[in-house]
Amino acid sequence: MGFEKFGRKSFTSATKVNKFVEFLSAGEIKGTVCKRCGRKFFPPRADCSECLSSEMEWFNLPERGKVLTYTTAFYAPFGFEMDTPYSMALVELSEGLKLFARVSKDVSPEELRTGMEVVVRPVTYEDGQVSFEIFKS
Amino acid sequence: MEKDVAIIGVGQSAFVRGYPGSIRELCFEAFKEAVEDAGISPKEIDATVICSAPEYDKQRSPAGVIAEYLDLIPKPTMYVETVCSSSTTGTKVAYSMIKAGLHDIVAVIGFQKMSEITSAESQERMGRGADIQWESPFGTMMPAYYALYARAYMDRWGLTLDDLASVRVKAATYGQINEKAVYRKAVTMRDFEPSPENRLSEPVASPLRVGDCCANADGSSCIILASKERARAISKKPVWILGIGSASEAVNMSARPEFTMGLRVGIEAARVAYKMAGVAPKDIDVAEVHDCFTIAEIMAYENLGFAAPGEGKELIRAKETYKEGSIPVNVDGGLLSKGHPIGATGGSQLRTIVLQLRGEAGAMQVKDPEIGLVHNIGGVGLYGNVIILGR
Repeated sequence: MGFEKFGRKSFTSATKVNKFVEFLSAGEIKGTVCKRCGRKFFPPRADCSECLSSEMEWFNLPERGKVLTYTTAFYAPFGFEMDTPYSMALVELSEGLKLFARVSKDVSPEELRTGMEVVVRPVTYEDGQVSFEIFKS
Repeated sequence: MEKDVAIIGVGQSAFVRGYPGSIRELCFEAFKEAVEDAGISPKEIDATVICSAPEYDKQRSPAGVIAEYLDLIPKPTMYVETVCSSSTTGTKVAYSMIKAGLHDIVAVIGFQKMSEITSAESQERMGRGADIQWESPFGTMMPAYYALYARAYMDRWGLTLDDLASVRVKAATYGQINEKAVYRKAVTMRDFEPSPENRLSEPVASPLRVGDCCANADGSSCIILASKERARAISKKPVWILGIGSASEAVNMSARPEFTMGLRVGIEAARVAYKMAGVAPKDIDVAEVHDCFTIAEIMAYENLGFAAPGEGKELIRAKETYKEGSIPVNVDGGLLSKGHPIGATGGSQLRTIVLQLRGEAGAMQVKDPEIGLVHNIGGVGLYGNVIILGR
């Protein structure tokens, strides 16, 4: 247990990287890096697909990046209807990492652009769920 | 180019909203048409491969129930799933079973009764068709994912909303003349002008609008495959499987390198299929591509080599993918107008190409095609199958 708090609505009760949620609650977004081969992962993984080691440690995700692509949803799956319209974007961070997330409501759909400079920050929603969102740089 | 396995019979139910029967009855419709088309007795079928996307089914493990209803017991049956590409994956499995010499005649039955569950249930399950650990918690859905591809592609290559609408206009041109299509109405560019009266212009996930999205439907398809010896003995017009290619992709968007070059599964599956068939894109006379969204058809043009990267839009602008054009695509209405009953779709695409190659496609017939291609994608480019067929 422990992963129910992730995102607007979680579909996963537990993962070996549950600690990600604790870091988020403490204001940190972290990925995992393989202790053996050094490969970095985001979203975090418990197991390295490169060298098959399960010896991982946490690292701080770069917070700045550029929007690769985005969309604004006007319809939503069951359980997300209250949020529409909401935007989601894929961000290219440094070190070859990418991040997919909700875009903060502070950024209007009209303002969103590919190539736009953004920052990624942890957020806590009113119902206590935690996540990370994309903000204007 | 080997001619070892042929398609000897094809069938599909009408694609409809709210099929008034159960899944076994729905499958019977396609099965009956395919068996009669092949001119065989159901007793001659050695094995079945049953395909659907399980999130819509209340019946667990539907293969047994369907095999029983079709009176195929005790012949072996199994269930195969790769979401929207399930029945072309099933076809690959059946091809392998025959090629390995295990069976001589295998039927692939694809079906989906999307109306089996309520729309609220369906939305919730569709949201879980993505990475449920890292993406579904944001409220993702299929149109939003394809919208990510559309946005990146449009910004890089200058594809316009009108280009996307043009793909739907073409689909509707043929949906009108396909009596098995769910969406039989004409669509014009005016239907996409933003206005409360124009339902097709309503945004779903920007830049995609209602008219950019395929039509959900209930339906079934059946493809009967046979070994070379049996096909030559039974069939007057066998259609040969010349090449099959398949590929997979990361489910998580952040693990994908690129969003402006289409779907990597399409590129890879096409490469393998062309190589196996020993043909090139210019040899294809008619194609069925996975147009679950309008952007998906443009990307397919490029991923199949019908157009260079970024130039897919030129094909639709010049109407080259219409029936009279240089490479007719989805002249049965495609997923957009014919409809997309998930597990039945690949088999329906194969049926269309088989009928085309036999010269039996009626009002949709392309002039004298010799080689046809089916491009069938599962999930958001998660699975891809390309199958090349020849006379």
